Amino acid sequence: MNRLERFSTVFLIAGFISFLVAFLFLGIWPATMTSKTDLSADMPRKVPAEFQVHYKSVEAYQDGLRRGRDLYVREACWHCHSQYVRPVSGESLMYGNVSTPGEYENELNRPQLFGTRRVGPDLTREAGKRTNDWHFVHLYNPKAVEPASIMPGYTWYFDESTNPPTPTADAVALVAYLQNLGAWVKDVRRSQWDMNAVVLPPTPEE
Amino acid sequence: MSQTSAVLEPPSLVPYGVIKAHLTVATALIIIVVLAGLAYSLQFIDLYPFKGIAFLSPGRVRIIHTQGVAYGWLANAFFAIVYWMIPKLTGKPLLSMKLAWFSFWFYNALVISAVVMILAGYAQALEWGETPTLLDPLISVAVVLIVVNVVTSIWRGRFEPYYVTVWYVLAALIWTPLVYVMGNFLPEYVYAGSGGATITSMYIHDLVGLFVTPIGTGMVYYLLPILLRKPIFSHSLSLIGFWGLAFFYPMNSAHHYLYSPIPMWAQYASIIASVGVHVVVYTVVFNIIATMSGEWKKVAGNVPLMFIAVGAISYLVTCIQCAIQVTLTVQQIIHFTDWVVGHSHLVLFGTFSFWTFAWIYYMVPRLLNTPIYSDSLSNWHFWLSFVGIVVMDIDLLAAGVVQGYMWKNLSPFIESVIASKPFWWVRTLSGVAIFAGSMCFLINLVMTWKNRRRFPEGVVVASGAEVAV
Repeated sequence: MNRLERFSTVFLIAGFISFLVAFLFLGIWPATMTSKTDLSADMPRKVPAEFQVHYKSVEAYQDGLRRGRDLYVREACWHCHSQYVRPVSGESLMYGNVSTPGEYENELNRPQLFGTRRVGPDLTREAGKRTNDWHFVHLYNPKAVEPASIMPGYTWYFDESTNPPTPTADAVALVAYLQNLGAWVKDVRRSQWDMNAVVLPPTPEE
Repeated sequence: MSQTSAVLEPPSLVPYGVIKAHLTVATALIIIVVLAGLAYSLQFIDLYPFKGIAFLSPGRVRIIHTQGVAYGWLANAFFAIVYWMIPKLTGKPLLSMKLAWFSFWFYNALVISAVVMILAGYAQALEWGETPTLLDPLISVAVVLIVVNVVTSIWRGRFEPYYVTVWYVLAALIWTPLVYVMGNFLPEYVYAGSGGATITSMYIHDLVGLFVTPIGTGMVYYLLPILLRKPIFSHSLSLIGFWGLAFFYPMNSAHHYLYSPIPMWAQYASIIASVGVHVVVYTVVFNIIATMSGEWKKVAGNVPLMFIAVGAISYLVTCIQCAIQVTLTVQQIIHFTDWVVGHSHLVLFGTFSFWTFAWIYYMVPRLLNTPIYSDSLSNWHFWLSFVGIVVMDIDLLAAGVVQGYMWKNLSPFIESVIASKPFWWVRTLSGVAIFAGSMCFLINLVMTWKNRRRFPEGVVVASGAEVAV
């Protein structure tokens, strides 16, 4: 038993080997299984109709998505909104298709934003569930569209010198990012737009 | 433990000055992180005081709370405690006193920069690794410096075979930089999507399992025999506990993302390893409780011992919880809910912060050659923290079950928010109790420091009287 209590044993076997075995077996191996090297290919190739007024080119739209993601990270949105749909608890009825590894292999998911807590609903399939205007109002003052909401208002992404306040480029980028979540699933955007087309909430412009 | 006899301790063996510095920062930070958590909880009951202020947005304040607990409060306190324990157990000083001072200033400059940068909006998208990407390489360097400093003392040490505390600390010091580098760089620069989640889940668990847990356990193995003046119940159990931890803990990873797109076999493996952790927990907790048994009268009036005892019970409850919640069946309901939040508070506050409080109440009188200012404040600190964490844990577990079932029965999401509000009120109130307890702690330490005496007549409360106050 003495050997187990020496510097060299603890240093090498407990310190390095136990960690490395787990790291290779349960870290690198499964991580490599689901990874691919070229992450640039999966950015959207065209600007959706409702964003053409904000973004004139695909490059500008892609930069907008990147900026939106940065803001999503900066405000730690991912602490309260998860981004994966599990195959249990009726989540596919609540949120849409169950998540698969392939759909996360792109630039906007590095680092991944799976999240571990849902204070608010999952956003994996948020694309097109609501209108851009709904999102702007909701970001500015969540209680305006959902009185019981506990989400904070992100007023600093709006120009408050106008009445009503107008979204800044940052707010547009954030909404572009949200409206892209799950848009890669075929027809998800279209069917959800149709579903919501009937009841549009009031917009700040009105 | 006879090796650590105060009589034999040569001057300059233990870096008391650096220890005091780390403890001062740790004490200031526990107040700040508890306050940040309390402020964040107010958002849930619509009472958030800083509405519309970008850099005090609840999302950013939450990061200060979680990161501050791990890298501010616990890390600083742990460095102080490790600097105290290791030279006494190995008989050799740290590599360099200057290096210890340098790493103190360097590390805490990084902590302050991290707070400023996170509030300014430069957080990284990694759970428990939100420190900005710019600071990650510097933090890695700071951690390596501290590790080299301490490991040298163990390497040169004279008392092999070593006491259980030394195994835990040595292993933790090897794991910590490895874990930090893995968790902060691979998901950021190499693996996207579920590959990144695989690494992140490993990092989330390893931060608790390979940094906080081994140092915390080592701390108790050191302090308990001293406070009770009797040896640990079983040396074999210590061995099983330590090697069990080294074997099972690193493999717990994917249980943070069950039912996610991470390969299912990796999820199964992590569940099995998580159940294996019980071997570790039961041996450690049994060892602690068995050492205490027969001494309950001593424990009852003694604040450090009460903190250790309650910490051990919390550890046991946490881990029983862990075995239940890690199964796929229970995950269906409780994942994504407040259950998990309750669980992590019980681990990091109820267990490891409690053990750290015990240590601080043990160290401070010896560092300052002055008894703790007020027993009644210490008791208030203990009881407020105890009631606070018990209420918070039960409340959040219950909230988690309610939320989980409301989601499963496909209620509109907002219904679960409305149903959670009473629970969130109770959570905030329990947070107030914990904050009040922490204030008692702060006041007690500040008053002790004010009353400090140099070399009181006939009383040598501690070795190392060379301490410059």
